[in-house]
Amino acid sequence: MSLLSIEATALLYLVAAVCFILALKGLSSPKSARRGNLIGAFGALVALVTVFLSTELDNLALIIATILVGSAIAAPISRRVAMTQMPQLVALFNGVGGGAAALVAMLELTHVEGIGAVIAVAFTVLVGAVSFSGSVITFAKLQELMPTRPIVFPGGPIVMSLVALASLAAAVWLVISGDPLASYVLLGLGLVLGVLFVLPVGGADVPIVISLLNAFTGLTVAASGLVLGNTLLLVAGTLVGASGTILTRAMASAMGRSVAGILFGAFKGGSTAGSTVASDRPVRSSSAEDVAILLGYAQRVIVVPGYGLAVAQAQHTMAELATTLEAKGIEVVFGIHPVAGRMPGHMNVLLAEANVPYEVLQEMDEVNPQFKTADVALVVGANDVVNPAAKSSPGSPIYGMPILDVASARQVVFLKRSMRPGFAGIENELLFEPQTTLLFGDAKESLTKVLGAVKAL
Amino acid sequence: MDPITLLTFFVLSVFVGFEVVSKVSSTLHTPLMSGANAIHGIILVGAIIVAGQAENVGLLIVALIAVLLATVNLVGGFVVTDRMLEMFGGRKQPAKATTEEGAR
Repeated sequence: MSLLSIEATALLYLVAAVCFILALKGLSSPKSARRGNLIGAFGALVALVTVFLSTELDNLALIIATILVGSAIAAPISRRVAMTQMPQLVALFNGVGGGAAALVAMLELTHVEGIGAVIAVAFTVLVGAVSFSGSVITFAKLQELMPTRPIVFPGGPIVMSLVALASLAAAVWLVISGDPLASYVLLGLGLVLGVLFVLPVGGADVPIVISLLNAFTGLTVAASGLVLGNTLLLVAGTLVGASGTILTRAMASAMGRSVAGILFGAFKGGSTAGSTVASDRPVRSSSAEDVAILLGYAQRVIVVPGYGLAVAQAQHTMAELATTLEAKGIEVVFGIHPVAGRMPGHMNVLLAEANVPYEVLQEMDEVNPQFKTADVALVVGANDVVNPAAKSSPGSPIYGMPILDVASARQVVFLKRSMRPGFAGIENELLFEPQTTLLFGDAKESLTKVLGAVKAL
Repeated sequence: MDPITLLTFFVLSVFVGFEVVSKVSSTLHTPLMSGANAIHGIILVGAIIVAGQAENVGLLIVALIAVLLATVNLVGGFVVTDRMLEMFGGRKQPAKATTEEGAR
């Protein structure tokens, strides 16, 4: 049922494209972010209504039923997922988008004319498949279904080069012959390539790879826009590809890494391999009461929350402890590392959920000079982001990553589950320093005990 | 549509894409990534077109899988982004009241 003329369709697609631009613009500022996202969703709705009204579609009932099923799967998961697990969910959504683009391009192969369109098909199938399988691996890493460390096997770079070359050959075969068989081979090689591409990336670098794969998926959507001659897909996909690239670079620089270094770092020797073995060097551990005394008689406390706080769901207890200390006239601020949690900005989301006021959340550059005047730096479930090795030992995998300067506080208190190293798999020298006190245990339990002891002071 | 027009669209979109996110604070990196992720779920439009033109059952099944995957990307992407941003907004009411799992 072509209810809309070609002109009306093009105009409505333009409206949707403008919505997407406004959405990205809105998402770049805290005040307008939520509205920006809703504008984006509205744009998507406009586009969907348009495609139904403007295109002659068979199988309409099946298509609508499938969309309903998809929504019924995705919406409840998204609404209920724990905020700590959100990064892997984003990775998964990104992957299925890439997979969808690859399938669309494959199906369209028999309809396209001209070498340009076939090249676009080859690109979409290959990159879409890489994005799909790569995202599934990042999902598995973040969900800890597989080790989060970089996985390197002997001859890895050679295998990867061979698969990349074979993919290229299959792409050329597809472009020359237009044979559907070539597209299946290309899809298969793309899936393998995606796995090989992400396996050697480890630890804290995984979010950057999600962002990169997100940009990849954007480009595949743009390419499928070329295949289908659909300007909306072209514009929307390109927007995501371009903004995703910028975002990936911004994230990498927030961690003091180069994108190339992250992707190929693990291939250049074993330095990022790290270990998960607990050290048996002596440390000073103490009781919740001791920590409470340190905190209760301080004047300035800087809290450094990390992923451990998030997994223990301790953000509410942490917020209560901060309020209690403030009631005693102690100044409490939160120093947020750009990559605290599992993704840039993740910790802000978690603390905002626990009603910690936006004003006491300070970014790294803002808070770093204040550690010198702080009596206690309370590190809750963070490790890599306060590891002085990032400054002092050039051989370390996190060398060059900007860190929170907790070492210059008068006292440092670590709440840790165990002596196991952090996400990057390296030991933290700060744990063995004389000004450092450790309180072992689950972050939530420890904080609850400390909170009780502070109230009893 | 002729290739030059499409190329024009592409090049201009690249610049717009670079420009709109050039000054974003690290606080918003995650929601922005997630929002961009939702936007590329618009591949659903392509999947619907392909499914509507499928000539046999085999092609239709593959196309419907694409529709399903794209829907998950699009719907899930926008909902999870909204959920993240919800945390930034309603700071006055307690968190429990704004999230659904509290009620279930």
